[in-house]
Amino acid sequence: MNIVVCVKYVPDAQGDRTFTEDNTTDRAIDGLLSELDEYAVEEALKLTEGGDGEVTVLTIGPADAAEAIKKALQMGAHKGVHVLDDALHGSDAPATSLVLAEAIKKITDGKPELVLTGLASTDGTMGVVPAMVAERLGLPQATQLSTLEISGDQVKGRRDNDAASETIETSLPALVSVTDQINEPRYPSFKGIMAAKKKPVETWSLADLGVDAGQVGLANAWTAVETFTARPPREQGEIVTDEGDGGTKLAEFLSKAKLI
Amino acid sequence: MAEVLVLVDHVDGQVKKNTAELLTLARRIGEPSAVFIGGNAEAARPRLAQFGAEKVYVVDNADVTGALAAPLAEALAAIVEQSSPAAVLLPTSGVNKEAAARLSVKIEGGLITDATDVQAGDGGAVQTTQSAFASNYTVTAKVTKGTAIVTVKPNTTPPQASQAGATVVPVEVTVSDLAKAARITDTQPKAKSGRPELTEAQIVVSGGRGTGGDFSPVEAFADTLGAAVGASRAAVDAGWYPHSNQVGQTGKQVSPQLYVACGISGAIQHRAGMQTSKTIVAINKDEEAPIFELVDFGVVGDLFTVLPQANDAVKAAKG
Repeated sequence: MNIVVCVKYVPDAQGDRTFTEDNTTDRAIDGLLSELDEYAVEEALKLTEGGDGEVTVLTIGPADAAEAIKKALQMGAHKGVHVLDDALHGSDAPATSLVLAEAIKKITDGKPELVLTGLASTDGTMGVVPAMVAERLGLPQATQLSTLEISGDQVKGRRDNDAASETIETSLPALVSVTDQINEPRYPSFKGIMAAKKKPVETWSLADLGVDAGQVGLANAWTAVETFTARPPREQGEIVTDEGDGGTKLAEFLSKAKLI
Repeated sequence: MAEVLVLVDHVDGQVKKNTAELLTLARRIGEPSAVFIGGNAEAARPRLAQFGAEKVYVVDNADVTGALAAPLAEALAAIVEQSSPAAVLLPTSGVNKEAAARLSVKIEGGLITDATDVQAGDGGAVQTTQSAFASNYTVTAKVTKGTAIVTVKPNTTPPQASQAGATVVPVEVTVSDLAKAARITDTQPKAKSGRPELTEAQIVVSGGRGTGGDFSPVEAFADTLGAAVGASRAAVDAGWYPHSNQVGQTGKQVSPQLYVACGISGAIQHRAGMQTSKTIVAINKDEEAPIFELVDFGVVGDLFTVLPQANDAVKAAKG
């Protein structure tokens, strides 16, 4: 089975994430492979571990986004595709899904078997691109899975939500998204890091995909950020050290603040 | 005035509060119409009328369960085609966001998720407010193309009643084979805790690594306060509490009146899920814990002695 895993290069949450003058995400700060995508990469590696098929990592983004592919290749993915084009700057979720869908078609010769994604990126956190890609490719989706079994062309997984744990079944070809509950992503081994250097990475432009620049980018987005305001930092309130009366003091605070 | 579709969140016709919130927001941009998926719409109708739904589109079709995104998106697309609304509002949830995503592509309408406010902007554009980057920023945005599609977080707008007719409009939807290709073959309902839903609760008491796996003092305090119980990722990863109770970047984002963090250090990922809470209280043995930077009141101490004492004091204060 050949698997395409969609991944994203995101600004590090430990850093000072902010916006640029055109109201898009500032991507100049240090980035990394979105943490939630590691689970999708890991799951793809497990599914192909018997030597059956290969894992292609696909990303869209500026030059630095190659780092996200590199990390996935170090983990064990077989090859990478990077869609890199200045016209993509400021693309919204619908445009991103369009480019991903076209790249998946090109990677798979129009016959995708399994597209795997994480739950959401850790920067935009919308969690809508996987469903949009499925819609564009005409694929059934089994999403937000915390377990996944594939046998033959049958796909089965568990989705846990607030009210219930549901079993979702479908058949390949399909799009599957996975949560951080599904596995424990591996760390790249030294061998993996060395091997990654020799793995093929293709860089494609919009023209390579036959996508018109007028369908993507900030100017053609279907939504626009108008303003962004930093939340005022919270002011630290009173801190007491428990000397046998910490709980009483806490209750007094709640009472004074009319919270009880 | 153009219609604004509001997807109804309900359990067997019992309408949830978030739907009243969305109907309230919908009235700012147009004439609210409810979209009711499932049977028992009659049970829901009085409440939908009370909060201003002029019409109630009813899709009573076993193929559109509301639990899978693709059939729901097809049903919504059919109603959009029929009603040409100014906007479609959905309560934020995993499935609703994905249905909104598929709908966005189908009808070429701009999508904004997790809004905390919705307004009518200049020239009829739908304007929204939401948080970004672990709630360190507040962002306003607008939909610039097609029918606006917005998912709205619960507990962000006080519902205001405004009586309307709530005329039932049955809608026939034929779900495509593609949308039926994924199906739910088993559903195991979760055991009910009797506590409020995490994202809807006015008070949340959360436990972290400092509980060492014993959540009993956290749960006892939550029950005294009528609160929901949350957990940090460390506690969930250790198997001490279910993932559905996880507060943080990869879990639930909560914004209650009061958040009580017990034995939680306050890593950025956790802060992403709770720092918009109105009042924050923390108990932690480690006085250097970053959570103390956020608190309105903090106790440096052992949660196993502080929480029971606070619990007794709160009970006494409540009489």
